Amino acid sequence: MSSTAQAIHHEDHHQGWFERWFMSTNHKDIGTLYLSFSFLMLFVGGSLAMLIRAELFEPGMQLMQPYFFNEISGMHGLIMIFGVIMPSFVGLANWMIPMQIGAPDMALPRLNNLSFWILPFAFILLLSTFFMPGGAPAAGWTMYPPLVLQGGESVAFMIFAIHLMGISSILGSINIIATILNLRAPGLDLLKMPMFCWSWLITSFLVIAVMPVLAGAVTMMLFDRFFGTNFFNAAAGGDPVMYQHVFWFFGHPEVYIMILPAFGIISEIVPTFARKPLFGYKAMVYAIACIAFLSFIVWSHHMFTVGIPLGGEVFFMYATMLIAVPTGVKIFNWVTTMWKGSMSFEVPMLWAIGFIVLFSIGGFSGVMMALVPADFQYYGTYFIVAHFHYVLVGGALFSIIGAVYYWLPKWSGHMYSSFWGKLHFWSSVISVNVLFFPQQFLGFAGMPRRIPDYNVAFADWNMVSSIGGFWFGATQLIFVGVVIHTVFFSKDKATSRVWEHAHGLEWTLPSPAPHHSFTVPPVIDDSQLAHGDVSH
Amino acid sequence: MSQPNANVYYVPHNSRWPIIATLGMFLFMVGAAVWLNGYDTPGKIILTIGALSIIGMMFGWFGNVIHESMKGTFNSQVDTSFRMGMTWFIFSEVFFFAAFFGGLFYIRTFVVPWLGGVGDKGVITNGFIWQGFSATWPTNGPEAVGGSFTSGSPWGIPLLNTLLLLSSSVTVTIAHHALRAGNRKKLIGFLGLTILLGITFLCCQAYEYWESYVHLNMTLHSGIYGATFYILTGFHGLHVTLGTIMLIVMWLRSVRGHFTPQNHFAFEAVSWYWHFVDVIWLCLFLFVYIL
Repeated sequence: MSSTAQAIHHEDHHQGWFERWFMSTNHKDIGTLYLSFSFLMLFVGGSLAMLIRAELFEPGMQLMQPYFFNEISGMHGLIMIFGVIMPSFVGLANWMIPMQIGAPDMALPRLNNLSFWILPFAFILLLSTFFMPGGAPAAGWTMYPPLVLQGGESVAFMIFAIHLMGISSILGSINIIATILNLRAPGLDLLKMPMFCWSWLITSFLVIAVMPVLAGAVTMMLFDRFFGTNFFNAAAGGDPVMYQHVFWFFGHPEVYIMILPAFGIISEIVPTFARKPLFGYKAMVYAIACIAFLSFIVWSHHMFTVGIPLGGEVFFMYATMLIAVPTGVKIFNWVTTMWKGSMSFEVPMLWAIGFIVLFSIGGFSGVMMALVPADFQYYGTYFIVAHFHYVLVGGALFSIIGAVYYWLPKWSGHMYSSFWGKLHFWSSVISVNVLFFPQQFLGFAGMPRRIPDYNVAFADWNMVSSIGGFWFGATQLIFVGVVIHTVFFSKDKATSRVWEHAHGLEWTLPSPAPHHSFTVPPVIDDSQLAHGDVSH
Repeated sequence: MSQPNANVYYVPHNSRWPIIATLGMFLFMVGAAVWLNGYDTPGKIILTIGALSIIGMMFGWFGNVIHESMKGTFNSQVDTSFRMGMTWFIFSEVFFFAAFFGGLFYIRTFVVPWLGGVGDKGVITNGFIWQGFSATWPTNGPEAVGGSFTSGSPWGIPLLNTLLLLSSSVTVTIAHHALRAGNRKKLIGFLGLTILLGITFLCCQAYEYWESYVHLNMTLHSGIYGATFYILTGFHGLHVTLGTIMLIVMWLRSVRGHFTPQNHFAFEAVSWYWHFVDVIWLCLFLFVYIL
């Protein structure tokens, strides 16, 4: 071993608690920080969701002032998107990408630490707005002007929090791209790379391209509020709808930022438990690239009712429906991977199959809303709430939980109790449908979103939905128990392969994996790889 | 620069600078938000502490990396990672400007004509709300927000600024060639010239702003024209300022004898950044000033 490798080894044993967690250059420690932070935020955002469902349990005003309801519904969205889904995917990328490509760490380890540590501070800024005169921002997570600009002292804090989150995710993505393009072990061609790496390579590109656009949108807002510009004021020749265009030019790729890594995870889990290589690996790669490209030219489907010209509505309708094609390729390929496989249903596989079913339901309602005339009925109702919760909870969150169940033995070196994992899954998959399926009926019937009170005609399904919500929320406590037990108390040692048919470089490392994954580039043996032009 | 064992991966040791950078940014933004909310004194104090921490962090972090680089700690793989980092950072900056350019194009292609009565939407908008407004550019909208103003001619200071920035791109390239040829005198001379051109540009822009505010009544409040003009040229000017500071650092390092003909990534990164700023200016000159 050379001096560098020894230096790495030496360092592991001589760092205190503060140095290890606050000054880290280690992808695993930083990945753990990301995952822990997003786990915490899941329960912060989840508590807000519980409050929302409690208020909506019955018609009439029960628990809170309407303005506070608006605060928590917008903040729930911001926390879940920027504090849970995105950071947990980055945490998974941190943990897995270096291990999957045979690298020692991320390409820019100090920048990696910076990307993480910005996040908690951004959320201190954002969450502090609850305690300010005028309360938290109360115009939804999309922050449309002019409404959002009428908020109290929170506006500046919200805008700067968004800036910080943007900086964090851009730096994180730069790191991921550099890692994937520069640190692959010799012989690990791009088209032999694990699907999870592919999905993150393309996601990073989206992040770097659109987070600055969000920064631009909120910067214009900052200027309108504090420096006397008139970007969003029609009397001055501006247009509030311009904000929506700029915002959704960020916002739609953002939707895929929150789902493409999930596609990568599912493409890792399904072949392992179907005991077959992924069906149509290259098609899966091209499908992700295709979805990413299309995501840039569909943003106005979020604005069909705002009053855009007919030509625009037609273009954005067809472009949106086109996305169903590559997405369909992915669904079919997962199903075909399972077709005639020697299937077994360990906990990660259950979550993956749950993902495929629930994401498809969410995807179908997405196709319905792509139709302009139909969207005029669905717009701003609980139908859209059901749609994006199916893809974000049943989709993104399920894939993240599945990924934790898949890789946690590799990270911790211990197996978890599959009984509790399965209980967690079945309780989640049932309650999530009790929670969100009725919301589609409510939406069809015309119940508007972001409203604390509603017509008594909507009472029954709201109560069902709320019961599902509390049930789903309580179920996630099982997850906390499983993770804490596995990491700190489980005596059941995991093997390095963990799963019988698991392929990929991460399974060649011991469980738990060494502090810095590979100190020298590993020699690639194609039969160890999961994907691409390799034999099994 | 000597190559450490190329077959072994390099991972940098722990660093205190990222967490200091985070704290600095956090304090800077808290200070700015507090100040904007009208609490001037605490806002300014917190913002200043934040800004000073960021500046100190940059000295510390970059100093650390320069030190490691001069010791020959980095292998060629690390060098490539740095290059990719800078490339994608500039890519993200392109999209930051794209947001404002996109806004400008949307305003000029759709919003102003609609307000003036063009198309189905425009007939209603103009007929019911903004009767009598006809679409022109520059405009400060149907209510003439900010009062009547004049926009400056593109063929005065803006043209001069274009020539300044274009020539500065040439001089920085000459300096780069000199560095690669090992001609340090020429490097220092042409890098210094680039800095002078950058500073001259900034002075011209400051004069242009002053002129617009004092004589043309063209301000941030001048409707959508003033808003788009100042946000685009202002953020560009901020980037020129940052680029000039970076060039000055490169100049000081050149004088101190840093950089070799083979190994001078920092210089290259700064010159990429400078070319990027130049390209953004060309777009500004075309879309903001001329058209």
